[in-house]
Amino acid sequence: MVALQGDEAVAEAVRQCDVDVVAAYPITPQTIIVEKLAEFVATGRFSGEFITVESEHSALSACLGASATGARVFTATSSQGLAYMHEMLYNVSGMRLPIVMAVANRALSAPLVLNADHSDMMGSRDSGWIQVYAENVEEIYDRTIQLFRLSEDPRVMLPSAINFEGFILSHDKERVRLLEDGPIRRFLRRPTTKHRLDPKEPFTFGAIATPDTYYEFRMQQAEAMRNALAVFEETEREFEAFSGRRYGAVDAYNTEGADRVVVVNGCTAGTMRVAARAMNAGGENVGVLAIKLYRPFPTEEVVSRLRQAKSVMTMDRSISLGAPSGPIAEDVKSALKGAGINQPVMSLVYGIGGRDVTVEDGKKIFGLAKDETSFGGASVMYGVKG
Amino acid sequence: MSRKELEEAAVVKGGTSSAYVVSGWRVKRPVINEAKCTNCLICWIYCPEPAIVRHEGAKVTIDYDHCKGCGICEAECPLTAISMVMEP
Repeated sequence: MVALQGDEAVAEAVRQCDVDVVAAYPITPQTIIVEKLAEFVATGRFSGEFITVESEHSALSACLGASATGARVFTATSSQGLAYMHEMLYNVSGMRLPIVMAVANRALSAPLVLNADHSDMMGSRDSGWIQVYAENVEEIYDRTIQLFRLSEDPRVMLPSAINFEGFILSHDKERVRLLEDGPIRRFLRRPTTKHRLDPKEPFTFGAIATPDTYYEFRMQQAEAMRNALAVFEETEREFEAFSGRRYGAVDAYNTEGADRVVVVNGCTAGTMRVAARAMNAGGENVGVLAIKLYRPFPTEEVVSRLRQAKSVMTMDRSISLGAPSGPIAEDVKSALKGAGINQPVMSLVYGIGGRDVTVEDGKKIFGLAKDETSFGGASVMYGVKG
Repeated sequence: MSRKELEEAAVVKGGTSSAYVVSGWRVKRPVINEAKCTNCLICWIYCPEPAIVRHEGAKVTIDYDHCKGCGICEAECPLTAISMVMEP
């Protein structure tokens, strides 16, 4: 067992996953990943190609080219960097390239802020990347390994992003039980691209489509996303077989028959669980549903876990400006409504720009969930001043 | 075409631009002044299409079937050996 920062855990996982190519540009709070990988290269502990680039757009472009040759490829970014990659995110997913990316979630400018919220990845929500949110450092490490396997599966062939809140998880040192290289290598498969960039037999990737064909290409991606749900489960099962660790697409704490259940992603899930345990010890009956796999959205599992809850409150660490509520709120509402369940769903926004959420806040949030009538239709902006 | 028939990720055999005639796109055509040209190949490097053709033992020529008339070769030629002239 070692003590690692979230960023360090990612770099360690990448080294162990026998990655062929890394192209990344440093940005706070992801920088440690890039520094650590550069250090591995310098000390001969990482034998892959490390391409230094001048921007995130170039980083993901280099990754795209490398991945099209059939290589295993990794990159990492944050906030503005992810925004700068935006165009290439769609090219990578449209070309069905199984790149894995770490995103140390950070709020976007302006005004410039270095701290965490999920608006970077939520802004790229529909880009066709598989999205997982971790809640502690060991989970970041495990998910990074799992995502190579998931992305590279022939039924999936989609890129994926492991998300974790900047500083709170990227810089926090926690205990991690590192796994041996051998079982990781056996767990992973090589990318299964049918076509590879090869000067001897040239191919064009992502060639032009017309209104006659584009829709169908997008449908292929939608089907691959659906497949990813089942493959995710398989991946977790096989990962558990050698590591003894499993998280689920969602993590449900006391959701069955609870008076109030909060739905939350990222590190706040742990905070809410601690708050819930304390409250339940005091005679309350509250639960926490942590969304681990956000895209593809585990609709059926979310519905089955929330079906029994008397009321539901969603927690979004991002603001969808001008929308009726946050992205998680809208997914949860539409999942429940689609299953014919009409229980009240209250939407809460919290932790924007890195505003801290403590266990005491967690208890207050559960308290707010008591009074549905005070919520109205709009999101409650928890913790905002004045 | 159904989505089952479409090659995933829209992958096609390379070389599509050389199979496609774009001659009709031009307003102006590049013309090489052979006396000025030193065959430095800068035009060949900059041309975004397969329109500048190299030859063993001879200077470059232009493949007008694949020239869109963008004028990059004229702009990049350090010896002003290429000029864009109106198509007839």
